[in-house]
This record gives sequence, C-alpha cells and structure tokens, in this order.
Amino acid sequence: MNIPAIDMQGVWFSYDRTPILENVTLTLKQGDFLAILGPNGGGKTTLLKLLLGLLRPDRGTIRVLGESPRDAKYRVGYLPQNTDFNTTFPISVMDVVLMGRLARYRIGKPYVRDDRMRVETVLKKTGMWDHRHAPVGRLSGGQRQRVFIARALATDPEILFLDEPTASVDPDFETGLFELLKELNQRVTIVIITHDVGVISRHVKSVACVNRTLIFHEEGKITPEMLDMAYHCPVDLIAHGVPHRVLPTHTED
Amino acid sequence: MWEALQFDFMRNALLAGILVSISCGIIGSLVVVNRIVFISGGIAHAAFGGIGLAFFLGFSPLLGAALFAVGVSMIIGVVSSKARHRSDTIIGVLWAIGMAVGVILIDLTSGYHVDLMSYLFGSILTVPPSDLWTMAALNVVILAIVIVFYKEFIAMSYDEEFAFVVGIPVRPLYFALLAMTALSVVMTIQVVGLILVIALLTIPPYIAECVTRSLGQMMAVSSLLGVCFTLAGLGLSYAYDLTSGATIILVAGVGFFAFQLISLIKKKGASLS
Repeated sequence: MNIPAIDMQGVWFSYDRTPILENVTLTLKQGDFLAILGPNGGGKTTLLKLLLGLLRPDRGTIRVLGESPRDAKYRVGYLPQNTDFNTTFPISVMDVVLMGRLARYRIGKPYVRDDRMRVETVLKKTGMWDHRHAPVGRLSGGQRQRVFIARALATDPEILFLDEPTASVDPDFETGLFELLKELNQRVTIVIITHDVGVISRHVKSVACVNRTLIFHEEGKITPEMLDMAYHCPVDLIAHGVPHRVLPTHTED
Repeated sequence: MWEALQFDFMRNALLAGILVSISCGIIGSLVVVNRIVFISGGIAHAAFGGIGLAFFLGFSPLLGAALFAVGVSMIIGVVSSKARHRSDTIIGVLWAIGMAVGVILIDLTSGYHVDLMSYLFGSILTVPPSDLWTMAALNVVILAIVIVFYKEFIAMSYDEEFAFVVGIPVRPLYFALLAMTALSVVMTIQVVGLILVIALLTIPPYIAECVTRSLGQMMAVSSLLGVCFTLAGLGLSYAYDLTSGATIILVAGVGFFAFQLISLIKKKGASLS
C-alpha cells in the first residue's frame, strides 16, 4: 500500500498550444476516494485521459500504481463521460459489459464462464440484468450509463475512474451507486469526476478542483480557493446549487 | 438459365461471386461499423495504379493491385492516426493519383491494349481458376483472423478508447483491418470492378446492421445477402446480356431501397398504431 495510486509531478498539457493543465501535482494514496470538481473546459476529462494513458503530457511525470499509465492499463477501470455513441452498432448489453473482461494477456482467447459470472454480478448490482439481451443502442440514456458503469466494474480494477457517472441516471440509482462505490472503496481506489457537489461531499474522502491548475484537499473539504476557481465558470455549480452545508465548512477553516 | 452452369466460366463466376460475397460480408461489416467506407473507396481506386504498374512491368495485375492497395491502406492508416481531421483530404488525393498513375502507365505500355472497362466494372465471367484459389485462401485467412480476434475487433469498433484503456493493441488491429480491407477490395475488383467495390462492401452490411444484434450475426447476414445479390445479378446479366458487375450492384441497390422503403413503412405503421 506504500505505492501511491496516482502520482503526478509537475504535469503540463496543451492542445494546439492552448494550455489545458499547468503544473499539476497530485499524489493520491491507494484506497482513497477522490472527487475531481471544476468548471467545464477546466481540464477534468483531460486529467483523466492523461491518467489513462490516452494522452501524453507535454512535461512532467505520471505514475499510476507505480507504473506509467500505459503499463498500468490492465489495472484500471474506466467509465467514459459520453456513453451516447455508436447507437446503431449491433451489440447487446451483455456483450458491452463483457468488454470489461478484456485484457492484453487474454488477446485471442474467448470469454470463459468466470467472465460471464462476473458480468452477471455487476449487471445485477446496476439493475440491468433483465436487460442483458437488449441492444445497447435502444436503451435510454440512464440505462446506458448503468451498463457502462457495470462494464467499468467488470474490469475488477485496482483504480476505478468514473467520468460524470451520475450525469443522466435517476436520483434513486445515484444513491444506490454511491452505496456500491462505498462498498467497492474498501478494496479499490476510486476517482470520480462530477459536477454534483452535493452528493460528493457526503461520500468522498478527498477533493481536487481543476481549472488549468489543480488544488487538492486530502480531507474532502471544499476550500474557498476551490470555490473561487469553480466560480470563474460558474454555470454548472450554480445550476446544481452549491449546498449550504459546504460553505460553513470553509468559514471554519 | 440453369443451362448456363454447364459452362466452366459460369461456374467459376458463381464461385467467385460467393467467395467475394463472404469476404465483403465480413470485412464490409467492419468497414461500416468503423466508418472507413471512404478509406475503402480510396484503396480501391488507388489500386488501379498497381494494375497499371503491373502491365508496365509485365507482372500479374492482381499482384500489382494488391501491392498498391495494401501500401495505400498503410499510408492512410498512418495519416488518419496522425492528422485525423485531414485524413479525408489525403484519401481523396491518393484516390485520384492512384487512378491517374494507372492510366498513364497503361498509356506507356507499348503494344498492349488493356481492357480498362474490365477493371473499372469487373470481369467476373473471365475469372481464372487460379484466382479462385487465391480468393478461397484469402477468405480462410480473413475468417481465421476475425474469429481469433473477434472480441478485440468488437471492442475496437464499438469503443476504441475503452479498448485502448484495457490494453487491447488498437493500432495493430486497425492496421490489420486496413490490410484485410485492401486485400478484399482487390478480390472484389475482379467481380464488380473498382468503381463498384464500395457498393458490395456497404449495402449488405448496412441492411444487416439494422436487423441483427451482434457483429457476428451482422457479418453472417451480410455475407448471405451479398451471395443473393451477386447470384441474382449474375443470372440477370446472363439472361439479358448486361454487364455483370453493374447488374450485381443494381440488384444490391434495389435491395437497399426496398429495405429502406420497408423500414419506413414499418416505422409509419408503428407510429400510427
């Protein structure tokens, strides 16, 4: 447990010379439950893609579980922000979630019974087992998101990255999801990107706010600096309403 | 019409039609779901440069086409991963240059009168038995690769990013798909010609995608549809003495529009009830 789950040192990233992230440093211990907040376009998803090895930093080093993101790939689970793609693709719920069982060392070998059992478990947990034969493209947005959450869980990851997991699911499932994540967090490090300040303040252990730079708070408090950063692009936070409970916390600091 | 089968060339044509329909069904499904239809068109036309080169240097046009097609598909693969938003332009350029090179090289080939039409619109009635063996072998190779890497191909085609994140070698798979597309295209040029290749690669998979629930089913159904279209087209072209490649594509085209019409009526019916 001594190796940090995530270790970013002085990471810079830009798209076509537009700086997205500047000098980001973040060390997250294993077993943590991190929420990444920040305005749209602030670099949250970019940060996640760097950690997943989908993007490479211009400068700085990134280690995931002590390895480079590309080598750590088979140890992480991932829920993309957008699940509304390829809706005409002929694929069933079951087959999408089975994708979570893919791994480099199993290339060219068929899925086995173990994989199917694991998929059954996560589909039942996310309430999509009854829809397992349905074509994914015909599901509602909320249902599809549950399927993709199930796929991320099916990877049996050491770190689980979730990009806006509650964006289109109903409030009931949202509560259930956080219960599920809490249980999972006993074994798995979780990193979640969210707009929903209200929900995360009750469940997460630490908070980071990203808006070009990153502020990290290990005790899960939302500090005045974070709010300040967030309010530079306040639409989402205001739309969701910043819970009153959060503000007193920072006045006490 | 059955008496036609007593001719060797007709039996060869039937076999060629079935063989390319299978490869087009499998590869076409991957082409359609990966949205690389334009790439396959570029490969088909650029392959003509290889045919020209083969005539100029005096080797097998099938080999020349295959070399050019695979070469161009690899260039397109590199370009589309390096400069994704400009890849369609590059494909268009290669498409045109390949054709031009082919025509010029054939011009320069002295004393050889090449029937250009047979490459543009296919020559299924003159497929030699040796080409049938090449086609059969290629079908086996394609089928084997797609079966072995089936779940990886699904992952890459459906959600490339996730496939990458879980450690699937997405780039090698993509290049393998491009190479297989190139070889299928070359095979299909024999049957319907390079101008009409795209139709056989896209129409059956498009219809199949709408009525199936998995990529495997989609491949099977589009192969079957392809066989129906080619055989019906071949029969019609024999009965009415029409260009076989164009007849096959028109049959597929009629199938395409009939399917569109039926699904439109079904949708209307569903929304009315």
